[in-house]
Amino acid sequence: MAGVTFEHVSKIYLDGTRAVSGVNLDIADGEFMVFVGPSGCGKSTALRMVAGLEEISEGVLRIGDRVVNHVAPRDRDIAMVFQSYALYPHLSVYENIAFSLRLKKVPKAEVDRRVHEAARVLGLEDYLKRKPRALSGGQRQRVAMGRAIVRQPQAFLMDEPLSNLDAKLRVQTRAEIARLQDELGVTTIYVTHDQVEAMTMGDRVAVMRRGELQQVASPQELYDHPVNLFVGGFIGSPSMNLLEATLERANGSLAVALGSQRITLPEDALALRPALRRYEGRQVVLGIRPEDLEDASLRTDSPTDARLKGRLELVEALGSELVVHFAVDAKPAVTDEVRELAQDAGSTTVGRELTGSGATLVGRFDPHSRVHEGDEPEVFVDARELHFFDTETGLGIYDDDTKATKGAGS
Amino acid sequence: MATAALERPQPAVLDEGAAARVGRFLRRAPVHVVLVLLGLFWLIPTTGLFITSLLSASDAAQGGWWNFFAEPSSWTLENYRNMFDNEGIVDALLITAQVTLGSAILPILVASLAAYALAWIDFPGRDWLFLGVVGLLLVPIQMALIPIFSLYNRFDLFDTVPGLILFHTAFALPFAIFLLRNFFAGIPKDLMEAARIDGASELRLFFKVVLPLGLPAIASLAIFQVLFVWNDLLIGLVLAQNNQPIAPHLASQLRQFGSNLDVLAPASFFSAVIPLIVFASFQRYFVQGLLAGSVK
Repeated sequence: MAGVTFEHVSKIYLDGTRAVSGVNLDIADGEFMVFVGPSGCGKSTALRMVAGLEEISEGVLRIGDRVVNHVAPRDRDIAMVFQSYALYPHLSVYENIAFSLRLKKVPKAEVDRRVHEAARVLGLEDYLKRKPRALSGGQRQRVAMGRAIVRQPQAFLMDEPLSNLDAKLRVQTRAEIARLQDELGVTTIYVTHDQVEAMTMGDRVAVMRRGELQQVASPQELYDHPVNLFVGGFIGSPSMNLLEATLERANGSLAVALGSQRITLPEDALALRPALRRYEGRQVVLGIRPEDLEDASLRTDSPTDARLKGRLELVEALGSELVVHFAVDAKPAVTDEVRELAQDAGSTTVGRELTGSGATLVGRFDPHSRVHEGDEPEVFVDARELHFFDTETGLGIYDDDTKATKGAGS
Repeated sequence: MATAALERPQPAVLDEGAAARVGRFLRRAPVHVVLVLLGLFWLIPTTGLFITSLLSASDAAQGGWWNFFAEPSSWTLENYRNMFDNEGIVDALLITAQVTLGSAILPILVASLAAYALAWIDFPGRDWLFLGVVGLLLVPIQMALIPIFSLYNRFDLFDTVPGLILFHTAFALPFAIFLLRNFFAGIPKDLMEAARIDGASELRLFFKVVLPLGLPAIASLAIFQVLFVWNDLLIGLVLAQNNQPIAPHLASQLRQFGSNLDVLAPASFFSAVIPLIVFASFQRYFVQGLLAGSVK
């Protein structure tokens, strides 16, 4: 087993497009690294460069201590799981799993032992004699996994291995893969466009956009301290509410002006983000996570200067929570990043754009809340958890030092 | 809407008892009758040939083969026995078998390798090369007969089995490469990449993945080639003299005056049966969905 190191790795196509641009990344031995981003962000290309299926235009790629820029895929000692599974249709499950071992001329008894071991781990023992076409989607996916683990490679590469499964199976298989990786301790690079998969599976998550690494951090760190607007908006479901706001001085502290409404920032919030003071009187992009919004009638102790008034347009009762959509008199933030995120999310943000004058916020309320569509309740905002981004650069506003360390290798 | 759509066919099924089935049969019957008649009509010459091959020389000379039905007991296998004693015909059959086998295997071997390279290996000028191969499809065989004839004379290939095989191979290649390349190109890219990562070299990839998956295309190619070469008259006639395959050999047995039907009929029928056997035995490879279960 070995780590994987990207040193300023780029992929430039003949027409000059940079699919992957100057990626620096150190993946530790045994680490589960997830590449996530919207389609076309270069995450698959980056993975395919590790596999050797895509030439590296610039930079150095190492697996372990070995520079592999010009090493053929078969000599890189890696295993890959494809989105389509890519099983050999003319071979039985047994032969599919044994394929790479047979090519390596592993002794027959050893092949047999390892295939059965892999089949046992994956629950495929009863299907070894079948052809792939006689298997269900989930079983095929497991054969693809079996083909990878039987080789005991330096690293696993997985290219959206779950996207062909139905939702329920995906959740189950997600946990299985994470458990398996943990047991085997093999360095894994996992590509997905699904941020839930990224958050639940990865030791660390690398968020990519337009071929560039945005942020590499643990899931929680990514969620709590997104380095920029793009990461903040991409990670989390429902996604972060992004609004145009102005920072104003109020009673010795700062307040966020949202249209005609104001939220006062408590001292400890400012202490976490000293750089905010430099934005006094300026416009910023305000990010509010849905779970930081709550029906104020359930939080009677909440300060009155941290509330918003809005009209409920839609209440979705999920049992464990209410997802509420409410319109407030404020402007949604519209930047390149936001547009790109909206495009990637498809329909979910279209509603917000349609409201025109105001912005629609999404909040997650406690199920004990008795709000209804058409109500105009007070909504409590947890002001300590607000996120701020620079309108021009899209960068998160933290302490100047933290910003530098959170930056993705730039 | 959905329930209505589900329920609607049901009364139709109930109503469709014997009457509906008879109605459908009557509607389709004319088509079947016409097809059966056409098939029988098409089989008349072959049937005639077969019956003639069972008649003694004197019976065959007496009149049409249909007289056989008036006197069915007159059939004999004597002609077939004589055929296997006839050295000329047996030799011609053996030569044909060799030429056919060689002319089926060699082009498939060469063409599948070429097709693999043209489909899956990136090299400069690949697409132009493929276009050139496709262009060769337009060259008619007849144009090459005389030049090849003089070339063969110089290299002592005239009137030899290898000579015939080489000619057939050369003219089978463009179509074979064209067909196989397009078939191989349809193999999912993921599958090839998976095999490369699994440790397969180009040669192993070819033998372990591409060839097994290309079997349907290769089988159809083999059938076409076997039928064409076995039945070929022109090339055998031009490029062989004393070692002719069966078709030109039988042609040379035809006499202008008098008939030797007792020799020609069994040999012709026998030589027509062999390609049929080949067709029947390769047919099982024409299975749809050989790639099923591989991706998705």
